[in-house]
Amino acid sequence: MLEQIATRRAFGEELVRLGKEREDFVVMDADIAKSCSTDLFHKAFPERSYNFGIAEQNFMAIAAGYATTGTQVFAATYGVFASMRACEQIRTFICYPKLNVRIIASHGGLQVGADGATHQAIEDIGIMRSIPNVAIVHPADGTSARLAARAVVDYEGPVYIRLLRNPSPVIFDQNYKFEIGKAVALKHNGNDLTIIGTGAMVYKTLDAAERLKAEGINVKVLEMHTIKPIDQEAIIKAAQETGGIVTVEDHNIFGGLGSAVSEVLSENYPTIVKRVAIPDMFGESGDSELLYEHYGMSVKDIVNAAKEVLKKKSK
Amino acid sequence: MISYTLEDIKYLKEKANNIRKDIIQMIYKANAGHPGGSLSAADIVTALYFHVMQIDPQNPNWEARDRFILSKGHACPVWYAALAEKGYFDMVHLNTLRKFHSILQGHPDMQKTTGIDMTSGSLGNGLSVGIGMALAAKRNRLNYCVYVLLGDGEIQEGIVWEAAMSAAHYRLDNLIAIVDYNGLQVDGWTKEVMDIHPVVEKWEAFGWNTIEIDGHNMIEILDAFQKAHKIKGPVVIVAHTVKGKGVSFMENVAVWHGLAPNDDQVKQALAELEKEAE
Repeated sequence: MLEQIATRRAFGEELVRLGKEREDFVVMDADIAKSCSTDLFHKAFPERSYNFGIAEQNFMAIAAGYATTGTQVFAATYGVFASMRACEQIRTFICYPKLNVRIIASHGGLQVGADGATHQAIEDIGIMRSIPNVAIVHPADGTSARLAARAVVDYEGPVYIRLLRNPSPVIFDQNYKFEIGKAVALKHNGNDLTIIGTGAMVYKTLDAAERLKAEGINVKVLEMHTIKPIDQEAIIKAAQETGGIVTVEDHNIFGGLGSAVSEVLSENYPTIVKRVAIPDMFGESGDSELLYEHYGMSVKDIVNAAKEVLKKKSK
Repeated sequence: MISYTLEDIKYLKEKANNIRKDIIQMIYKANAGHPGGSLSAADIVTALYFHVMQIDPQNPNWEARDRFILSKGHACPVWYAALAEKGYFDMVHLNTLRKFHSILQGHPDMQKTTGIDMTSGSLGNGLSVGIGMALAAKRNRLNYCVYVLLGDGEIQEGIVWEAAMSAAHYRLDNLIAIVDYNGLQVDGWTKEVMDIHPVVEKWEAFGWNTIEIDGHNMIEILDAFQKAHKIKGPVVIVAHTVKGKGVSFMENVAVWHGLAPNDDQVKQALAELEKEAE
Protein backbone atom coordinates (compact mmCIF):
# COMPACT_ATOMS: atom_id res chain seq x y z
CA MET A 1 0.00 0.00 0.00
CA LEU A 2 1.48 3.31 -1.07
CA GLU A 3 1.76 6.25 1.35
CA GLN A 4 -1.15 8.66 0.95
CA ILE A 5 -1.09 12.45 1.15
CA ALA A 6 -3.19 15.22 -0.38
CA THR A 7 -1.30 17.48 -2.77
CA ARG A 8 -2.54 20.54 -0.81
CA ARG A 9 -0.91 19.13 2.31
CA ALA A 10 2.37 18.23 0.61
CA PHE A 11 2.55 21.68 -0.98
CA GLY A 12 1.81 23.39 2.34
CA GLU A 13 4.53 21.39 4.09
CA GLU A 14 7.04 22.22 1.40
CA LEU A 15 6.24 25.94 1.68
CA VAL A 16 7.32 25.77 5.33
CA ARG A 17 10.61 24.14 4.32
CA LEU A 18 11.12 26.78 1.63
CA GLY A 19 10.32 29.49 4.17
CA LYS A 20 13.29 28.37 6.22
CA GLU A 21 15.55 28.47 3.19
CA ARG A 22 14.55 31.78 1.68
CA GLU A 23 13.10 35.12 2.68
CA ASP A 24 11.73 36.28 -0.65
CA PHE A 25 8.10 35.25 -0.32
CA VAL A 26 5.05 35.69 1.88
CA VAL A 27 1.76 33.79 2.13
CA MET A 28 -1.72 35.29 1.95
CA ASP A 29 -5.08 33.71 2.65
CA ALA A 30 -8.74 34.55 2.50
CA ASP A 31 -9.95 32.76 5.64
CA ILE A 32 -9.50 29.15 4.56
CA ALA A 33 -5.81 28.72 5.39
CA LYS A 34 -6.63 25.56 7.32
CA SER A 35 -8.32 24.03 4.29
CA CYS A 36 -5.51 25.07 1.96
CA SER A 37 -2.80 23.77 4.34
CA THR A 38 -1.19 27.21 4.34
CA ASP A 39 -1.99 27.37 8.06
CA LEU A 40 1.27 25.43 8.47
CA PHE A 41 3.15 28.44 7.09
CA HIS A 42 1.11 30.86 9.20
CA LYS A 43 2.18 28.97 12.32
CA ALA A 44 5.83 28.78 11.31
CA PHE A 45 6.15 32.33 9.98
CA PRO A 46 3.45 34.58 11.43
CA GLU A 47 5.32 37.73 10.37
CA ARG A 48 5.27 36.55 6.76
CA SER A 49 1.62 35.50 6.69
CA TYR A 50 -1.51 37.52 6.15
CA ASN A 51 -5.17 36.68 6.35
CA PHE A 52 -7.75 38.97 4.75
CA GLY A 53 -10.91 37.12 5.62
CA ILE A 54 -13.66 36.18 3.22
CA ALA A 55 -12.84 38.70 0.51
CA GLU A 56 -11.13 36.97 -2.40
CA GLN A 57 -11.07 39.89 -4.82
CA ASN A 58 -9.46 42.11 -2.23
CA PHE A 59 -6.86 39.56 -1.17
CA MET A 60 -5.85 38.83 -4.75
CA ALA A 61 -5.39 42.53 -5.56
CA ILE A 62 -3.42 42.96 -2.31
CA ALA A 63 -1.18 40.08 -3.43
CA ALA A 64 -0.64 41.94 -6.71
CA GLY A 65 0.30 45.18 -4.98
CA TYR A 66 2.65 43.37 -2.62
CA ALA A 67 4.34 41.59 -5.51
CA THR A 68 5.14 44.91 -7.22
CA THR A 69 7.66 45.52 -4.43
CA GLY A 70 9.77 42.50 -5.42
CA THR A 71 8.60 40.00 -2.81
CA GLN A 72 6.69 37.09 -4.29
CA VAL A 73 3.32 36.13 -2.86
CA PHE A 74 1.61 32.76 -2.47
CA ALA A 75 -2.12 33.51 -2.39
CA ALA A 76 -4.26 30.56 -1.33
CA THR A 77 -7.96 29.87 -1.67
CA TYR A 78 -10.17 27.28 -3.35
CA GLY A 79 -9.85 26.98 -7.10
CA VAL A 80 -13.48 27.84 -7.55
CA PHE A 81 -13.00 31.22 -5.82
CA ALA A 82 -9.57 32.00 -7.24
CA SER A 83 -10.59 31.35 -10.82
CA MET A 84 -14.00 32.99 -10.68
CA ARG A 85 -14.50 35.32 -7.69
CA ALA A 86 -11.01 36.78 -8.11
CA CYS A 87 -10.71 36.14 -11.84
CA GLU A 88 -10.41 39.79 -12.85
CA GLN A 89 -7.86 40.58 -10.17
CA ILE A 90 -5.77 37.66 -11.44
CA ARG A 91 -6.18 38.75 -15.05
CA THR A 92 -5.77 42.50 -14.90
CA PHE A 93 -3.58 43.04 -11.85
CA ILE A 94 -1.42 39.90 -11.79
CA CYS A 95 -1.20 38.43 -15.29
CA TYR A 96 -1.28 41.65 -17.32
CA PRO A 97 1.61 43.22 -15.34
CA LYS A 98 3.33 39.78 -15.07
CA LEU A 99 3.68 39.85 -11.30
CA ASN A 100 5.14 37.03 -9.24
CA VAL A 101 1.97 35.90 -7.53
CA ARG A 102 1.60 32.16 -7.05
CA ILE A 103 -2.07 31.30 -6.80
CA ILE A 104 -2.63 28.23 -4.67
CA ALA A 105 -5.93 26.86 -5.90
CA SER A 106 -6.98 24.04 -3.63
CA HIS A 107 -9.94 21.70 -4.00
CA GLY A 108 -9.63 21.39 -7.78
CA GLY A 109 -12.23 19.26 -9.54
CA LEU A 110 -14.87 17.08 -7.88
CA GLN A 111 -12.98 16.37 -4.64
CA VAL A 112 -14.59 18.79 -2.22
CA GLY A 113 -15.63 16.55 0.64
CA ALA A 114 -19.20 16.29 -0.58
CA ASP A 115 -19.65 20.08 -0.56
CA GLY A 116 -21.23 19.78 -3.98
CA ALA A 117 -21.27 21.82 -7.17
CA THR A 118 -20.81 25.28 -5.65
CA HIS A 119 -17.34 24.36 -4.40
CA GLN A 120 -16.18 22.16 -7.28
CA ALA A 121 -13.72 23.95 -9.55
CA ILE A 122 -14.46 22.24 -12.85
CA GLU A 123 -13.85 25.25 -15.12
CA ASP A 124 -10.74 26.75 -13.55
CA ILE A 125 -8.15 25.37 -15.96
CA GLY A 126 -10.19 26.55 -18.93
CA ILE A 127 -10.54 30.01 -17.43
CA MET A 128 -6.86 30.28 -16.59
CA ARG A 129 -5.73 28.91 -19.95
CA SER A 130 -7.45 31.77 -21.72
CA ILE A 131 -5.53 34.41 -19.73
CA PRO A 132 -2.11 35.37 -21.13
CA ASN A 133 1.11 35.19 -19.08
CA VAL A 134 0.04 32.66 -16.44
CA ALA A 135 1.47 29.16 -16.05
CA ILE A 136 -0.87 26.40 -14.84
CA VAL A 137 0.50 23.47 -12.86
CA HIS A 138 -1.45 20.54 -11.47
CA PRO A 139 0.72 18.04 -9.56
CA ALA A 140 -0.30 14.39 -9.50
CA ASP A 141 0.90 13.35 -6.04
CA GLY A 142 2.72 14.47 -2.93
CA THR A 143 6.15 14.23 -4.53
CA SER A 144 5.03 16.20 -7.55
CA ALA A 145 3.41 18.84 -5.31
CA ARG A 146 6.56 19.29 -3.23
CA LEU A 147 8.73 19.70 -6.29
CA ALA A 148 6.16 22.02 -7.85
CA ALA A 149 6.52 24.34 -4.85
CA ARG A 150 10.27 24.38 -5.40
CA ALA A 151 9.92 25.01 -9.12
CA VAL A 152 7.39 27.78 -8.66
CA VAL A 153 9.53 29.96 -6.34
CA ASP A 154 12.12 30.24 -9.09
CA TYR A 155 9.62 30.87 -11.89
CA GLU A 156 9.36 34.34 -13.39
CA GLY A 157 5.70 35.35 -13.75
CA PRO A 158 2.32 34.33 -12.37
CA VAL A 159 1.50 30.68 -11.68
CA TYR A 160 -1.82 28.97 -10.97
CA ILE A 161 -1.21 25.86 -8.87
CA ARG A 162 -4.15 23.48 -8.81
CA LEU A 163 -4.14 21.28 -5.73
CA LEU A 164 -6.41 18.56 -4.45
CA ARG A 165 -8.29 18.00 -1.24
CA ASN A 166 -8.22 14.23 -0.91
CA PRO A 167 -5.20 12.18 0.07
CA SER A 168 -3.95 10.13 -2.87
CA PRO A 169 -1.17 7.57 -3.26
CA VAL A 170 2.38 8.85 -3.60
CA ILE A 171 3.36 7.40 -6.96
CA PHE A 172 6.66 9.19 -7.61
CA ASP A 173 9.96 8.57 -5.85
CA GLN A 174 13.25 10.43 -5.55
CA ASN A 175 14.01 9.92 -9.24
CA TYR A 176 11.06 12.08 -10.24
CA LYS A 177 11.92 15.43 -11.87
CA PHE A 178 9.58 18.40 -12.04
CA GLU A 179 10.24 21.08 -14.59
CA ILE A 180 7.49 23.58 -15.41
CA GLY A 181 6.37 22.95 -18.99
CA LYS A 182 7.83 19.43 -19.27
CA ALA A 183 5.65 16.31 -19.37
CA VAL A 184 6.85 13.31 -17.38
CA ALA A 185 7.04 9.93 -19.11
CA LEU A 186 5.99 7.17 -16.70
CA LYS A 187 7.15 3.57 -16.61
CA HIS A 188 4.67 2.37 -19.18
CA ASN A 189 6.20 2.83 -22.57
CA GLY A 190 4.07 0.83 -24.97
CA ASN A 191 3.25 1.90 -28.50
CA ASP A 192 -0.42 1.00 -28.87
CA LEU A 193 -1.62 4.40 -27.66
CA THR A 194 -0.81 7.14 -25.14
CA ILE A 195 -2.77 8.06 -22.04
CA ILE A 196 -2.05 11.58 -20.79
CA GLY A 197 -3.23 12.28 -17.27
CA THR A 198 -3.08 15.22 -14.90
CA GLY A 199 -3.62 15.63 -11.17
CA ALA A 200 -4.97 12.78 -9.09
CA MET A 201 -6.26 11.14 -12.27
CA VAL A 202 -2.69 10.07 -13.05
CA TYR A 203 -3.02 7.34 -10.44
CA LYS A 204 -6.14 6.03 -12.15
CA THR A 205 -4.34 6.24 -15.45
CA LEU A 206 -1.59 3.98 -14.16
CA ASP A 207 -4.21 1.55 -12.92
CA ALA A 208 -5.86 1.56 -16.32
CA ALA A 209 -2.49 0.97 -17.99
CA GLU A 210 -1.98 -2.15 -15.87
CA ARG A 211 -5.41 -3.49 -16.75
CA LEU A 212 -4.85 -2.83 -20.44
CA LYS A 213 -1.50 -4.57 -20.24
CA ALA A 214 -3.20 -7.63 -18.78
CA GLU A 215 -5.36 -7.62 -21.91
CA GLY A 216 -2.34 -7.34 -24.17
CA ILE A 217 -2.63 -3.61 -24.88
CA ASN A 218 0.58 -1.73 -24.19
CA VAL A 219 0.18 1.98 -23.63
CA LYS A 220 2.45 4.90 -23.00
CA VAL A 221 1.59 7.10 -19.98
CA LEU A 222 2.46 10.77 -19.62
CA GLU A 223 1.94 12.94 -16.56
CA MET A 224 1.07 16.44 -17.77
CA HIS A 225 1.59 18.48 -14.61
CA THR A 226 1.87 21.71 -16.57
CA ILE A 227 -1.24 22.50 -18.57
CA LYS A 228 0.19 25.82 -19.71
CA PRO A 229 2.67 26.23 -21.28
CA ILE A 230 1.82 22.73 -22.51
CA ASP A 231 4.63 20.41 -23.59
CA GLN A 232 3.87 20.38 -27.31
CA GLU A 233 6.93 18.37 -28.16
CA ALA A 234 6.01 15.49 -25.84
CA ILE A 235 2.41 15.42 -27.12
CA ILE A 236 3.42 15.38 -30.78
CA LYS A 237 6.07 12.73 -30.14
CA ALA A 238 3.55 10.53 -28.31
CA ALA A 239 1.11 10.91 -31.18
CA GLN A 240 3.78 10.01 -33.72
CA GLU A 241 4.85 6.96 -31.75
CA THR A 242 1.42 5.63 -30.80
CA GLY A 243 -1.12 7.17 -33.16
CA GLY A 244 -3.87 7.54 -30.55
CA ILE A 245 -4.38 9.55 -27.39
CA VAL A 246 -6.60 9.43 -24.32
CA THR A 247 -6.59 12.39 -21.94
CA VAL A 248 -7.72 12.04 -18.34
CA GLU A 249 -8.55 14.92 -16.01
CA ASP A 250 -10.85 15.97 -13.20
CA HIS A 251 -12.19 19.05 -15.01
CA ASN A 252 -14.98 19.87 -17.39
CA ILE A 253 -14.46 18.37 -20.83
CA PHE A 254 -14.08 21.84 -22.33
CA GLY A 255 -11.05 24.00 -21.76
CA GLY A 256 -8.80 21.65 -19.79
CA LEU A 257 -6.08 19.14 -20.59
CA GLY A 258 -8.11 17.38 -23.29
CA SER A 259 -8.70 20.65 -25.10
CA ALA A 260 -5.06 21.69 -24.81
CA VAL A 261 -3.82 18.34 -26.18
CA SER A 262 -6.39 18.38 -29.01
CA GLU A 263 -5.35 21.90 -30.01
CA VAL A 264 -1.71 20.89 -30.24
CA LEU A 265 -2.45 17.78 -32.26
CA SER A 266 -5.01 19.25 -34.65
CA GLU A 267 -2.49 21.90 -35.70
CA ASN A 268 0.59 19.70 -35.79
CA TYR A 269 -0.20 16.01 -36.11
CA PRO A 270 -3.90 15.18 -36.42
CA THR A 271 -4.49 12.17 -34.23
CA ILE A 272 -7.54 10.56 -32.70
CA VAL A 273 -8.06 11.88 -29.15
CA LYS A 274 -10.59 10.66 -26.60
CA ARG A 275 -11.14 12.87 -23.57
CA VAL A 276 -12.03 11.40 -20.20
CA ALA A 277 -13.38 14.34 -18.20
CA ILE A 278 -16.56 15.72 -16.64
CA PRO A 279 -19.12 15.54 -19.47
CA ASP A 280 -20.11 19.24 -19.39
CA MET A 281 -22.30 18.92 -16.33
CA PHE A 282 -22.24 20.45 -12.86
CA GLY A 283 -21.18 18.10 -10.11
CA GLU A 284 -23.06 17.18 -6.97
CA SER A 285 -22.48 16.05 -3.41
CA GLY A 286 -21.18 12.61 -2.69
CA ASP A 287 -17.96 10.65 -2.33
CA SER A 288 -15.62 11.66 -5.12
CA GLU A 289 -14.97 8.07 -6.18
CA LEU A 290 -18.71 7.60 -6.69
CA LEU A 291 -18.79 10.85 -8.66
CA TYR A 292 -15.93 9.71 -10.88
CA GLU A 293 -17.87 6.56 -11.66
CA HIS A 294 -21.06 8.50 -12.26
CA TYR A 295 -19.43 10.94 -14.68
CA GLY A 296 -17.50 8.29 -16.61
CA MET A 297 -14.09 8.99 -15.13
CA SER A 298 -13.28 5.72 -13.39
CA VAL A 299 -10.45 3.33 -14.24
CA LYS A 300 -12.94 1.23 -16.19
CA ASP A 301 -13.91 4.29 -18.25
CA ILE A 302 -10.25 5.04 -19.03
CA VAL A 303 -9.80 1.43 -20.17
CA ASN A 304 -12.88 1.69 -22.38
CA ALA A 305 -11.72 5.01 -23.81
CA ALA A 306 -8.39 3.43 -24.69
CA LYS A 307 -10.13 0.55 -26.48
CA GLU A 308 -12.31 2.98 -28.37
CA VAL A 309 -9.27 4.90 -29.54
CA LEU A 310 -7.59 1.67 -30.64
CA LYS A 311 -10.67 0.76 -32.65
CA LYS A 312 -10.84 4.14 -34.37
CA LYS A 313 -7.11 4.14 -34.91
CA SER A 314 -7.19 0.86 -36.82
CA LYS A 315 -9.89 2.02 -39.25
CA MET B 1 6.55 66.54 7.58
CA ILE B 2 5.18 68.82 4.88
CA SER B 3 5.74 72.54 5.14
CA TYR B 4 5.13 75.10 2.45
CA THR B 5 5.49 78.76 1.64
CA LEU B 6 3.18 81.01 -0.31
CA GLU B 7 5.66 80.74 -3.15
CA ASP B 8 5.21 76.95 -3.13
CA ILE B 9 1.47 77.49 -3.44
CA LYS B 10 1.95 79.84 -6.38
CA TYR B 11 4.26 77.34 -8.06
CA LEU B 12 1.84 74.46 -7.50
CA LYS B 13 -1.08 76.45 -8.90
CA GLU B 14 0.94 77.23 -12.03
CA LYS B 15 1.95 73.61 -12.33
CA ALA B 16 -1.64 72.44 -11.99
CA ASN B 17 -2.65 74.90 -14.69
CA ASN B 18 0.05 73.53 -17.01
CA ILE B 19 -1.09 70.01 -16.30
CA ARG B 20 -4.67 70.97 -17.16
CA LYS B 21 -3.48 72.35 -20.48
CA ASP B 22 -1.50 69.16 -21.11
CA ILE B 23 -4.63 67.12 -20.37
CA ILE B 24 -6.77 69.07 -22.84
CA GLN B 25 -4.13 68.93 -25.56
CA MET B 26 -3.36 65.25 -25.21
CA ILE B 27 -7.01 64.20 -25.23
CA TYR B 28 -7.63 66.48 -28.20
CA LYS B 29 -4.75 64.88 -30.11
CA ALA B 30 -5.86 61.39 -29.15
CA ASN B 31 -9.42 62.32 -30.06
CA ALA B 32 -10.45 60.18 -27.11
CA GLY B 33 -9.97 59.98 -23.37
CA HIS B 34 -11.41 61.20 -20.11
CA PRO B 35 -11.04 64.93 -19.47
CA GLY B 36 -13.65 65.40 -16.71
CA GLY B 37 -12.09 63.21 -14.03
CA SER B 38 -8.56 64.19 -15.08
CA LEU B 39 -9.32 67.87 -14.53
CA SER B 40 -11.07 67.27 -11.20
CA ALA B 41 -7.98 65.45 -9.88
CA ALA B 42 -5.39 67.85 -11.31
CA ASP B 43 -4.75 69.88 -8.15
CA ILE B 44 -4.42 66.81 -5.92
CA VAL B 45 -2.09 65.00 -8.32
CA THR B 46 0.00 68.16 -8.75
CA ALA B 47 0.35 68.57 -4.98
CA LEU B 48 1.45 64.94 -4.63
CA TYR B 49 3.98 64.91 -7.46
CA PHE B 50 5.40 68.41 -6.98
CA HIS B 51 5.41 68.78 -3.22
CA VAL B 52 4.27 65.85 -1.11
CA MET B 53 5.74 62.62 -2.46
CA GLN B 54 9.30 61.44 -1.85
CA ILE B 55 10.22 60.39 -5.36
CA ASP B 56 13.11 60.57 -7.80
CA PRO B 57 12.33 60.68 -11.53
CA GLN B 58 15.95 59.72 -12.22
CA ASN B 59 15.47 56.56 -10.18
CA PRO B 60 11.86 55.58 -10.83
CA ASN B 61 12.25 52.12 -9.25
CA TRP B 62 13.84 53.43 -6.06
CA GLU B 63 12.81 50.89 -3.45
CA ALA B 64 11.90 53.45 -0.78
CA ARG B 65 9.94 55.81 -3.04
CA ASP B 66 6.44 56.86 -2.15
CA ARG B 67 3.87 55.08 -4.31
CA PHE B 68 0.92 56.55 -6.17
CA ILE B 69 -1.95 54.46 -7.47
CA LEU B 70 -4.56 55.97 -9.73
CA SER B 71 -7.39 53.62 -8.89
CA LYS B 72 -9.65 55.60 -11.23
CA GLY B 73 -7.33 54.63 -14.08
CA HIS B 74 -9.32 56.34 -16.83
CA ALA B 75 -8.10 59.68 -15.47
CA CYS B 76 -4.56 58.74 -16.54
CA PRO B 77 -4.06 61.89 -18.66
CA VAL B 78 -3.55 63.77 -15.38
CA TRP B 79 -1.02 61.18 -14.24
CA TYR B 80 0.83 61.13 -17.58
CA ALA B 81 0.98 64.92 -17.61
CA ALA B 82 2.35 65.03 -14.06
CA LEU B 83 4.95 62.35 -14.83
CA ALA B 84 6.07 64.12 -18.01
CA GLU B 85 6.19 67.53 -16.28
CA LYS B 86 8.21 65.90 -13.48
CA GLY B 87 10.68 64.45 -15.98
CA TYR B 88 9.89 60.74 -15.90
CA PHE B 89 9.71 60.76 -19.70
CA ASP B 90 9.82 63.28 -22.51
CA MET B 91 6.83 65.60 -22.98
CA VAL B 92 6.56 64.53 -26.64
CA HIS B 93 5.06 61.24 -25.50
CA LEU B 94 1.95 63.15 -24.43
CA ASN B 95 1.18 63.54 -28.15
CA THR B 96 0.95 59.76 -28.48
CA LEU B 97 -1.74 59.09 -25.87
CA ARG B 98 -3.86 56.07 -26.84
CA LYS B 99 -1.99 55.59 -30.11
CA PHE B 100 -0.77 52.19 -31.34
CA HIS B 101 2.61 51.33 -29.74
CA SER B 102 2.49 54.36 -27.45
CA ILE B 103 4.00 54.12 -23.97
CA LEU B 104 0.83 55.93 -22.87
CA GLN B 105 -2.00 53.41 -22.96
CA GLY B 106 -5.67 54.31 -22.62
CA HIS B 107 -5.38 53.11 -19.02
CA PRO B 108 -2.18 52.98 -16.92
CA ASP B 109 0.22 50.12 -17.68
CA MET B 110 3.18 49.69 -15.33
CA GLN B 111 5.02 47.61 -17.92
CA LYS B 112 4.94 50.32 -20.56
CA THR B 113 5.22 53.63 -18.71
CA THR B 114 8.11 54.75 -16.51
CA GLY B 115 6.85 56.05 -13.20
CA ILE B 116 3.60 54.09 -13.17
CA ASP B 117 3.69 52.10 -9.93
CA MET B 118 0.73 49.90 -10.78
CA THR B 119 -1.49 49.04 -13.69
CA SER B 120 -5.10 50.17 -13.27
CA GLY B 121 -8.28 50.77 -15.21
CA SER B 122 -10.79 48.32 -13.91
CA LEU B 123 -12.36 50.28 -11.08
CA GLY B 124 -12.27 49.49 -7.39
CA ASN B 125 -8.98 47.64 -7.17
CA GLY B 126 -6.44 50.35 -6.38
CA LEU B 127 -7.01 50.49 -2.65
CA SER B 128 -6.36 46.76 -2.29
CA VAL B 129 -3.20 47.11 -4.38
CA GLY B 130 -2.12 49.97 -2.12
CA ILE B 131 -2.63 47.80 0.95
CA GLY B 132 -0.28 45.23 -0.58
CA MET B 133 2.39 47.90 -1.08
CA ALA B 134 1.86 49.33 2.41
CA LEU B 135 2.16 45.90 4.05
CA ALA B 136 5.34 45.21 2.08
CA ALA B 137 6.79 48.50 3.37
CA LYS B 138 6.19 47.35 6.94
CA ARG B 139 7.83 43.99 6.40
CA ASN B 140 10.81 45.48 4.55
CA ARG B 141 11.16 48.29 7.11
CA LEU B 142 10.81 51.02 4.51
CA ASN B 143 9.25 54.35 5.34
CA TYR B 144 7.41 55.03 2.15
CA CYS B 145 3.79 56.14 2.01
CA VAL B 146 1.21 54.82 -0.46
CA TYR B 147 -1.27 57.27 -1.95
CA VAL B 148 -4.38 55.92 -3.66
CA LEU B 149 -6.67 58.19 -5.62
CA LEU B 150 -10.23 56.92 -6.02
CA GLY B 151 -13.19 58.31 -7.87
CA ASP B 152 -16.41 58.86 -5.96
CA GLY B 153 -18.41 56.74 -8.40
CA GLU B 154 -15.73 54.08 -7.99
CA ILE B 155 -16.58 53.54 -4.33
CA GLN B 156 -19.78 51.89 -5.52
CA GLU B 157 -17.54 48.86 -6.13
CA GLY B 158 -17.79 46.34 -3.27
CA ILE B 159 -14.08 45.51 -3.26
CA VAL B 160 -13.35 49.07 -2.09
CA TRP B 161 -15.06 48.25 1.19
CA GLU B 162 -13.30 44.90 1.50
CA ALA B 163 -10.08 46.89 1.19
CA ALA B 164 -11.26 49.57 3.63
CA MET B 165 -11.90 46.86 6.22
CA SER B 166 -8.44 45.33 5.66
CA ALA B 167 -6.51 48.61 5.93
CA ALA B 168 -8.13 49.36 9.26
CA HIS B 169 -7.58 45.79 10.45
CA TYR B 170 -3.85 46.05 9.75
CA ARG B 171 -3.79 49.62 11.18
CA LEU B 172 -1.90 50.89 8.18
CA ASP B 173 -0.50 54.33 8.90
CA ASN B 174 1.43 54.46 5.61
CA LEU B 175 -1.64 54.43 3.39
CA ILE B 176 -3.60 57.53 2.40
CA ALA B 177 -6.68 57.30 0.22
CA ILE B 178 -8.07 60.33 -1.56
CA VAL B 179 -11.62 60.34 -2.89
CA ASP B 180 -12.01 62.70 -5.84
CA TYR B 181 -15.59 63.56 -4.96
CA ASN B 182 -16.82 65.27 -8.12
CA GLY B 183 -20.34 63.87 -7.86
CA LEU B 184 -20.57 62.58 -11.42
CA GLN B 185 -20.18 59.25 -13.15
CA VAL B 186 -20.76 58.08 -16.74
CA ASP B 187 -24.54 57.89 -16.47
CA GLY B 188 -25.01 61.12 -14.50
CA TRP B 189 -24.94 62.35 -10.90
CA THR B 190 -23.82 59.67 -8.46
CA LYS B 191 -26.72 60.58 -6.20
CA GLU B 192 -29.10 59.65 -9.01
CA VAL B 193 -27.25 56.62 -10.43
CA MET B 194 -26.36 55.00 -7.09
CA ASP B 195 -26.21 57.23 -4.08
CA ILE B 196 -22.92 56.94 -2.17
CA HIS B 197 -23.97 59.35 0.57
CA PRO B 198 -22.85 59.60 3.38
CA VAL B 199 -19.25 59.21 2.21
CA VAL B 200 -17.34 60.42 5.26
CA GLU B 201 -19.45 58.40 7.67
CA LYS B 202 -18.97 55.25 5.59
CA TRP B 203 -15.18 55.47 5.88
CA GLU B 204 -15.42 56.28 9.57
CA ALA B 205 -17.62 53.25 10.12
CA PHE B 206 -14.90 51.15 8.49
CA GLY B 207 -12.33 52.43 10.99
CA TRP B 208 -10.72 55.16 8.92
CA ASN B 209 -9.69 58.67 9.91
CA THR B 210 -11.27 61.22 7.61
CA ILE B 211 -10.35 64.70 6.43
CA GLU B 212 -12.77 66.68 4.28
CA ILE B 213 -11.43 69.40 1.99
CA ASP B 214 -12.00 71.49 -1.10
CA GLY B 215 -9.98 69.48 -3.61
CA HIS B 216 -9.15 72.56 -5.66
CA ASN B 217 -7.75 74.64 -2.80
CA MET B 218 -3.99 74.03 -2.78
CA ILE B 219 -3.55 75.16 0.81
CA GLU B 220 -6.29 72.82 2.00
CA ILE B 221 -4.77 69.98 0.00
CA LEU B 222 -1.31 70.42 1.51
CA ASP B 223 -2.72 70.89 5.00
CA ALA B 224 -4.69 67.67 4.59
CA PHE B 225 -1.59 65.67 3.67
CA GLN B 226 0.31 67.28 6.52
CA LYS B 227 -2.40 66.29 8.94
CA ALA B 228 -2.78 62.80 7.43
CA HIS B 229 0.92 62.03 7.94
CA LYS B 230 0.57 62.64 11.67
CA ILE B 231 -2.39 60.31 12.14
CA LYS B 232 -1.82 56.70 13.17
CA GLY B 233 -3.97 54.42 11.06
CA PRO B 234 -5.41 54.74 7.59
CA VAL B 235 -6.61 58.16 6.49
CA VAL B 236 -8.98 59.09 3.72
CA ILE B 237 -9.10 62.60 2.35
CA VAL B 238 -12.54 63.27 0.95
CA ALA B 239 -11.85 65.99 -1.58
CA HIS B 240 -14.83 67.89 -2.91
CA THR B 241 -14.09 68.64 -6.53
CA VAL B 242 -15.71 69.76 -9.75
CA LYS B 243 -15.65 67.39 -12.69
CA GLY B 244 -14.06 69.19 -15.64
CA LYS B 245 -12.62 71.87 -13.31
CA GLY B 246 -11.02 74.81 -15.16
CA VAL B 247 -12.90 74.50 -18.45
CA SER B 248 -16.28 76.21 -18.15
CA PHE B 249 -18.23 74.07 -20.60
CA MET B 250 -16.87 70.84 -19.12
CA GLU B 251 -17.60 71.66 -15.50
CA ASN B 252 -20.30 69.48 -13.94
CA VAL B 253 -21.37 68.03 -17.29
CA ALA B 254 -21.39 64.23 -17.26
CA VAL B 255 -20.77 63.79 -20.97
CA TRP B 256 -17.24 65.18 -20.52
CA HIS B 257 -16.41 62.08 -18.50
CA GLY B 258 -15.18 60.45 -21.68
CA LEU B 259 -15.27 62.86 -24.61
CA ALA B 260 -12.53 64.63 -26.55
CA PRO B 261 -12.92 68.33 -27.39
CA ASN B 262 -13.29 69.35 -31.06
CA ASP B 263 -11.24 72.10 -32.78
CA ASP B 264 -13.32 74.99 -31.45
CA GLN B 265 -13.69 73.51 -28.00
CA VAL B 266 -9.96 72.92 -27.58
CA LYS B 267 -9.26 76.56 -28.48
CA GLN B 268 -11.79 77.79 -25.97
CA ALA B 269 -10.56 75.41 -23.25
CA LEU B 270 -6.93 76.42 -23.66
CA ALA B 271 -7.87 80.12 -23.79
CA GLU B 272 -9.78 79.78 -20.53
CA LEU B 273 -6.87 77.99 -18.86
CA GLU B 274 -4.43 80.59 -20.21
CA LYS B 275 -6.60 83.33 -18.75
CA GLU B 276 -6.74 81.51 -15.44
CA ALA B 277 -2.93 81.33 -15.42
CA GLU B 278 -2.68 85.09 -15.71
